[in-house]
Amino acid sequence: MSLLERETDGVIMTPDNIRTKKLPLVAELGVAVVALVVAAALVLGTGIGNWVLVVFLGIVFYLVGLFVAASRVEGKRSAKNKIWRTMIYAACLLAILPLASVVWTLVSKGAARLDGDFFGSSMNNIGARDANGGAYHAIIGTLEQVGIATLLAVPLGVLGAIYLVEYGRGKFALTVRFFVDVMTGIPSIVAGLFVLAFWVLIVSPWFNDGTPRFSGFAASLALTVLMLPTIVRSTEEMLRLVPGPLREGAYALGVPQWKTILKVVLPTALPGIVTGVMLAVARAAGETAPVLLVAGGAAAINMDPFAGNQSSLSLFVYQQAGDASRYAPDRAWTAALTLVALVLILTIAAKLLARRNRLS
Amino acid sequence: MGDYPSRSASNAAGGPGVTARHARAAGDGVSPIPPDDLSGNRPPQGGGGALPKKARFSMETGFRGLSTAAGAMVLVIIVAIAIFLVSKAVPALSKNDANFLTSKEWFPNDTQPHFGIAALAFGTVLTSVIALIVAVPIALGIALFLSHYAPKRLATPLGFVIDLLAAVPSVVFGLWGRDVFLEPVQSFSIWLNKYFSWIPLFGGDGPFGRSVMLGSLVLAIMVLPIVTSLSREVFQQTPGMNEEAALALGATKWEMIRTAVLPYGKPGVLAAVMLGLGRALGETIALALTLGITFTISANLIQSGGNSIAANIANTFGEANATGRGALIASGLVLFAITLVVNMAARAIIYRRREFRDSAA
Amino acid sequence: MAKRIEASNVSSYYGSFKAIDSISMTVEPKTITALIGPSGCGKSTFLRSINRMHEVLPNARIEGRLTIDDQNIYDPDVDVTAVRRMIGMVFQRPNPFPTMSIYENAVAGLKLNGVKKKSLLDDAAEKSLRSANLWDEVKDRLNRPGAGLSGGQQQRLCIARTIAVQPQVVLMDEPCSALDPISTLAIEDLMFKLKDQFTIIIVTHNMQQAARVSDKTGFFSIDKTGEPGRLIEYADTQKIFSNPTEKKTEDYITGRFG
Repeated sequence: MSLLERETDGVIMTPDNIRTKKLPLVAELGVAVVALVVAAALVLGTGIGNWVLVVFLGIVFYLVGLFVAASRVEGKRSAKNKIWRTMIYAACLLAILPLASVVWTLVSKGAARLDGDFFGSSMNNIGARDANGGAYHAIIGTLEQVGIATLLAVPLGVLGAIYLVEYGRGKFALTVRFFVDVMTGIPSIVAGLFVLAFWVLIVSPWFNDGTPRFSGFAASLALTVLMLPTIVRSTEEMLRLVPGPLREGAYALGVPQWKTILKVVLPTALPGIVTGVMLAVARAAGETAPVLLVAGGAAAINMDPFAGNQSSLSLFVYQQAGDASRYAPDRAWTAALTLVALVLILTIAAKLLARRNRLS
Repeated sequence: MGDYPSRSASNAAGGPGVTARHARAAGDGVSPIPPDDLSGNRPPQGGGGALPKKARFSMETGFRGLSTAAGAMVLVIIVAIAIFLVSKAVPALSKNDANFLTSKEWFPNDTQPHFGIAALAFGTVLTSVIALIVAVPIALGIALFLSHYAPKRLATPLGFVIDLLAAVPSVVFGLWGRDVFLEPVQSFSIWLNKYFSWIPLFGGDGPFGRSVMLGSLVLAIMVLPIVTSLSREVFQQTPGMNEEAALALGATKWEMIRTAVLPYGKPGVLAAVMLGLGRALGETIALALTLGITFTISANLIQSGGNSIAANIANTFGEANATGRGALIASGLVLFAITLVVNMAARAIIYRRREFRDSAA
Repeated sequence: MAKRIEASNVSSYYGSFKAIDSISMTVEPKTITALIGPSGCGKSTFLRSINRMHEVLPNARIEGRLTIDDQNIYDPDVDVTAVRRMIGMVFQRPNPFPTMSIYENAVAGLKLNGVKKKSLLDDAAEKSLRSANLWDEVKDRLNRPGAGLSGGQQQRLCIARTIAVQPQVVLMDEPCSALDPISTLAIEDLMFKLKDQFTIIIVTHNMQQAARVSDKTGFFSIDKTGEPGRLIEYADTQKIFSNPTEKKTEDYITGRFG
């Protein structure tokens, strides 16, 4: 007789004892029904709540009932296993509810103003009683700001990653790496305040007869601060995936290191780098706070990103959300739908690209 | 390692080289070779027998310098953020009549400005902590579901959707929280107040709705995808050996998860939670749209009110004068410091874990 | 064109670890020299120091003198890329550039070193692919990716890429160890052919291969793990395999050790 058999109840270690009793599925369903009925009777009978409470209590009762029933039939360990499995499934359902609601609202409310006017006109001269007005100026703003930010952040980020992977050794490289990681966590509003303090309040007066000036370019700077660490990190990962023998192959042909990096390593890692950049762009396009602080927002079309207030899609959503006009919510939701579509298309494209070009 | 010359690690690969143009200018290197020479005879490449000298300044040095500068740029930006925020915050702070750290009021635009960070910092931490308390268990549940329970056919697309949700802009969540989620939270708050008003958290006489609870729940929904996708990655990395060892000892699935998966993933999950916290602390627009905006320190979760540093900046920036802007920048500096500490702690955990894993491998 | 390589008292270090200890040998032009010996005995390290490829690893350094036609390749003012153009290298695993086509791979060394003229490149591509016995197999698909070839073809593509630069010396680091017997034979045939133009030094684990292809053979060995590798014996291949001077060589050749 083994130690386990002597010390543990119900353990018999012989081949004809490997079968165990199982709680049938019917019994589990029965427990669920009983739990719901009890909960409904309790809640609705005393009038202390509505169906939400019924469901909540029902789940609690179900868990208790399931545990008791399973303990009797299958044993305590197996019952515990069942309870945790149920709770994990419940967590998923619980999380899906609000997220499904977000998607549903976006589509149903966002469709309200999905018309040519919305994409073809600005908010210039649109009063509180006007049902029309659109986000043309905001879309222009988003495209220009994100575009400039990408132009600034991509070369800087890719070069930074090249430093970390190809040249960086020792303490300094470690420090840079650590702070790139830390920088990914800088809140967007802090990036906005930084550009406000540095560019709008200190630098921009030089170009504007001494008065500070909002501009789309300032927003681009803030977005650059936010995109840079993401791009460095993703590019770094991709460069590290490029096999060392490829570099050696080029060195052995007498190709200098910088040329090896530019002509052999970068092209090999390019799809992955593009994916990372697209994800960073998607994130930047959704940022509101920095644009609010340094581009100021505007109702009219301003094509010039270097002078004067500009809006952006996300800022447009925020400002329409705060607008008292009864037509504003429709505009806000349609702009939100547009924004989400833009961001998701970028993200999905990036992920599909990543999947197709995975380096093996 | 200073004792051997010229071949230190930093110029190990490739070494400071010359471009082809330089090399040709020196009369050797790979000048285009007449095709008929390919198999026949040709003069030795060393020219007069001497090897080409390396150039003092070359593209190599230039490119290396450029990329090093780009790397250093990250440090420069972080330092610049601190410097410029301080430089704009100090003038406003010097005009402040109240104690910046302990005062709850926020009147920086008055002729005698008096403002303090206490209520805002409290609100920031409160909303973030509640959001994490709600989100983390659910996120871990989903992560375990994706890594160990769901069939692969379901887990892959579901994981994809979770990643997509992490990309949805915060202003969309804020708008949803204000236009849609407000109503159920409001009725839930009234219900809580009716039956549990004896608990201070759920007391008060209303109005209910645009409360810390609404803001925190919206925040929770926002950090959920981040914590989920990071923890899922960690759980998936659990060595199969450990899992099989647990199962081979007769453990049930949950016991296997508890003995093999969770302990292995603990530091990674901790780091994921810290990163989620960092994100929640800095969240601006969603809170600006859902909180009731009051400058009080109160543990009441359901009465309209609540505020946070970031939301306050977004809400009051429009009408701020010079001192007001300085005050907002000062509050942003506090936020920067808090998130910096949280993020550095998270990264330190990840780095330690990585070392641990590498040395074990 | 093919040049003499002379090593005198070459020792190589990775950080504080001494990988090989004072190797001296002379390699005559237009010969094939095989380096054999048990794993970890430093033959690859020695090979890589001949064109300064070992410097790719951090903290690697070298002591002693390595010359090519009396020019010390380790002189501080020597341009390392020039050394590598002159002394080409073929690696253990075929490593064609995955983003480049077969054609681009073949002329990669020329292109990356600044040759721009299309007619010259076309010509060099054909000549080098022919020299590498690959032309007939790939001439119809020069624009397909190089990574799509079989392992043996990839390795010959890498050889083509190396000889397109017209080096004086070609180093081969176990070029056949990742290949099947037929591809191996193809590469060995190729070596005989290339011998007319280049000095070839090959590291191999396969003693039959060393016996088949080389004129001279160097036997490397270590006393025990952690000790630096040494050159035990260096002589005509025939002598090494039939009548070695050193007991250790004989033990290794006859399979009693290693």
